[in-house]
Amino acid sequence: MKANDKSSQRAGEISLSVNGISKRFPGVLALDKVSVDVHAGEVHAICGENGAGKSTLMKVIAGNYRADEGDLVFRGVKIDLRSPLQAKELGILLIHQEISLVPELTVAENIFLGSLPYNRMGFVDWQQLYRRTEEVIAKAGFKLSAKDIAGELPVARQQMVEIARAVALQSSLVIFDEPTASLTEAEAKALFDTIRQLKENGVAILYISHKLPEILQISDRVSVLRDGRYQGTLQTDEVDENAITALMIGRHLENPNDRPASHPGDEVLSIDRITVPGFIDQAELSVHAGEILGMYGLVGAGRSELAEVIFGLRDSPDVSMRWHGKPVKISSPSDAVRLGIGLVPEDRKDHGLILDMGGATNMTLPALRAVQHFGFISRDKEVRIFEDYREKLQIAARGPFASVRTLSGGNQQKIVLGKWLSTHPDLLILDEPTRGVDVGAKAEIHRLISELAKAGMAIIVISSEMPEILLLSDRAIVIHNGRVTRELPRAQLSEQTLVEGITST
Amino acid sequence: MMSQVSAHETHMMPFAKVINVAKRNPIWLVLVVLIALFSFQTPYFLTVFNLSNILYQAALIGFLAVGLTPVLINGNVDLSVGAMVALSACLAVSLQHIGFVPALVIAVLACTCLGLLNGIIVEYTGVNSFIVTLAAMLGVRGLAFLYAGDTSLSSPTSDLMELGMMAVGPLSATAIVFVIFVVVFQIMLSRTAHGRNTYAIGGNRAACENAGVHVRRNVIVNFAVSGTMAGIAGVSMAAQLGAATPSYGAEYELWAIIAIVLGGTSLQGGRGTMIGTFGAVLALAALRNGLNLIQVSGFYVLVILGLTLIIALVLDRQFNRE
Repeated sequence: MKANDKSSQRAGEISLSVNGISKRFPGVLALDKVSVDVHAGEVHAICGENGAGKSTLMKVIAGNYRADEGDLVFRGVKIDLRSPLQAKELGILLIHQEISLVPELTVAENIFLGSLPYNRMGFVDWQQLYRRTEEVIAKAGFKLSAKDIAGELPVARQQMVEIARAVALQSSLVIFDEPTASLTEAEAKALFDTIRQLKENGVAILYISHKLPEILQISDRVSVLRDGRYQGTLQTDEVDENAITALMIGRHLENPNDRPASHPGDEVLSIDRITVPGFIDQAELSVHAGEILGMYGLVGAGRSELAEVIFGLRDSPDVSMRWHGKPVKISSPSDAVRLGIGLVPEDRKDHGLILDMGGATNMTLPALRAVQHFGFISRDKEVRIFEDYREKLQIAARGPFASVRTLSGGNQQKIVLGKWLSTHPDLLILDEPTRGVDVGAKAEIHRLISELAKAGMAIIVISSEMPEILLLSDRAIVIHNGRVTRELPRAQLSEQTLVEGITST
Repeated sequence: MMSQVSAHETHMMPFAKVINVAKRNPIWLVLVVLIALFSFQTPYFLTVFNLSNILYQAALIGFLAVGLTPVLINGNVDLSVGAMVALSACLAVSLQHIGFVPALVIAVLACTCLGLLNGIIVEYTGVNSFIVTLAAMLGVRGLAFLYAGDTSLSSPTSDLMELGMMAVGPLSATAIVFVIFVVVFQIMLSRTAHGRNTYAIGGNRAACENAGVHVRRNVIVNFAVSGTMAGIAGVSMAAQLGAATPSYGAEYELWAIIAIVLGGTSLQGGRGTMIGTFGAVLALAALRNGLNLIQVSGFYVLVILGLTLIIALVLDRQFNRE
C-alpha cells in the first residue's frame, strides 16, 4: 500500500521515495516491504513502538545499513547507499538521539568538521571558518556563538550545533531521531521553530519520536510502522493521539483514568524543610501510604535533585524529615534502602541497571541479604524472585541470567521496577518512569503504579509529561523557580492549573 | 519481537557443555594445547614431577593474580603488588629474631595495611587507581630498599627454608595453598554478596550507589585483600629461597595482570572469573617451563611470551566480540 498523497498539493515534490524496503537480521525481519514517500518542505513523522523498525528504516535511509530488498529514490534518482558519508554527500543527514559532537572543539569547528576551509598555505582559514559559521547560524536563526566550546554548552544548544551542520551541508533531507529526549519544553519549542525554518527552506524532514503530542504539533503527516510493516500514513491535522496509537499497537488502549478516588493512609514521609543547593530553597512536602504524589516541573527545575536528597545520594545543608512520624536522617542510599525507600532513576542505563548482568542479578542487588543462605547467594531464590516479578510485570526476557543490555526500554524499566519492588519498599520514587518506553509498555507501567498505590505503597512520580501527572496523581505539586508553587489535590488537577504553576512568578 | 523463553537453562549434552566451558574460558583450551605440544617435544614435560613443578613455579605470580582479580573486576588496578612482595619478603626474613610466626604475620599485615591505604586513597580522593598504585609501586619499592639496604638478607634460622620445602607427596605446600586460594576466591566471587557487588560495581558503579550497595567498602576491602595476597606471595618467595632482597618481585605485577586479562577479565571491570585467571597463570608457567625444557634461550622465551600474549588477546577479541 502506498501513502496517500493528498498533502502533495501543499508540500513540494517528492524528495525521497522508499519503495518496498526489506531488511533482515539474524532471526528477525526488521523491515518487511516498507514504502513511504517524503516530500520536500514537509515534516513527516514516523511512529511505532520500540522494535517496530523505525530506527532500522532510518539507518537504511542514512546509509548505515543496506536494504536486502527494495530501493530508495532520492530527488528522482535511484540511489544505492554504501555508507553514511555517501548519504551525507547526497544531502541526507541523520541527527542522532545521542549528540555526537567533539566536546573539546568550538561550535564553528564542529559545524564544519571534515570540511574545514583551508587557506593557500594548507592551514585552517579561521576567518573564513568563523564568517561561514556566522552565516549558517544566522540562516538557521540559532542563538549560538561560533567560538564557544561545544562541550560547555547546554544539551539543547549542542543539538542546535548538530542541526547547524545540516544547514552548513545544505542537506535536503534531515532525519531527527528522538530529538527532544533531553530537552526542556522551552528548548523543544525552540527546536520546533528551527525545524519549521528548515521546512520553509524546502528541506524534507523525517521525524521519529515517542511523544505523540509532539508529533501532532510538529508534523504534517504521520506514517506508522508495526512489527516491521507499514501500517499507513495519516494526515496529522485530521487525527488525534488515539488514532495513531491504535495503528501503532493494533488495538485501542483502555482509559485508566476512571479509577475510584484513593483513600490515603498514614503519612509515610514528611519533609518539613528541604533545600537543594542550586535548585530548591526550603520546600516542604509529604506523602501518604496508598497515595500517588505527582511532582511536576520543567527539566532542570531540581525535581531529580530533590529526589536524590531524599534518597541520600546528594548532600543538603538544610533538610529535616520524618519517616512514619519519627525524625530521620538519610545520609546515604543504603540508609534509604534500609528504611524502605526505592528510587527508580531518570536514566536507567546510567543509574538503574548493570547492563551486562542478568535480570535476576539486577533485581537482587539492593537486597542481596534476602537471597542469602548461610552467607552464600542462593541461585534458586534469585530465580524465584525473578520469575515472580517477570510474571507480575510481564517482562519479556530471555532468562534470569541473560544480559539485560539487549532488552527494550520498556522491559529494562520493568526490571528496574522489579528490583525495587523486591525490596518491599514503603515509599517508591519514580523519576520519569516512562521516558523512552513505548506506548504499550507505558500503559502497563501506569497500571502497575496505580495498583501499587492501591496496595498501600506511598509513591512519588516525577514527570515533565503533563498527561502522566494528570493520569496518575492523587495529589500533585509543581516546582518552579526553586519553590513549590502549587499543591493541587486531584479535584483541582488540570493542564491549566499545572501550567499556572510553572508560569506564575 | 522478543518471545518468552523458558527460564530454565536448556539441558545440554555433556559434549556441548565442554564446548561451552571452553568457549567461555578459552585459556584452558590453550593450556591443553600447550601441554600436548610440549609432551610431544620432550619426554620430561608430562611427568608428575614436572607438572607439580609448574604448579610450584606458577604459585608466586598466582597469589598476586588471585588477589588482583577482584580489584580488576571492580574496574581498578593495583600496580604496587610487586613491590609489596619485596617488602614482605624482607620483613619476613629480617624479623626472624622475634619469632617465626610473628615475623610472617607482620610481613603479611604490613602489605594488608598498604593495600588498605591504596584503597582509601583511591576511594576518598577520586584519583585513578592506576596513578595511585603506580606511585605506591615506586614508594613501596623505596621502602623496601630503605629497610633492607642494597643487600641480600638471609635468615638466621632454617625455619623459613623448611616452610618452603614442605610438601605433600609430589605437591609442594605452596602449590597446594595456591589452589586452595583459587577455590576460596572463586566461591567468594560467585557465591557471596561481596563477590556479587564486586562485579556489579565494575559493571555500573552509579547503579550500585543507587541500589544502596556499600561501594567504597567493597573497593577498599578488595585492595586490602590484594595487598594481603602480595604479602603472602612475599613470604612464600622468602621461604622458597631462604633469603630476601629488596629487588624481589620486580615486574610481577605485570605478569599477574597479563594472566588475569588472558583469563578473560575485562580491564574495564564487570567481567572475569577466578577459573580463568587460574588457567592463564598455569598456561604462562607451562609455556615458560616447556620452552626451558626444550632449551629455548631465555631471550627468545620473552619474545615468544610477548607474541603469544598478543595473539591470544586478538583471538579473544575476535571470538568474544558481540
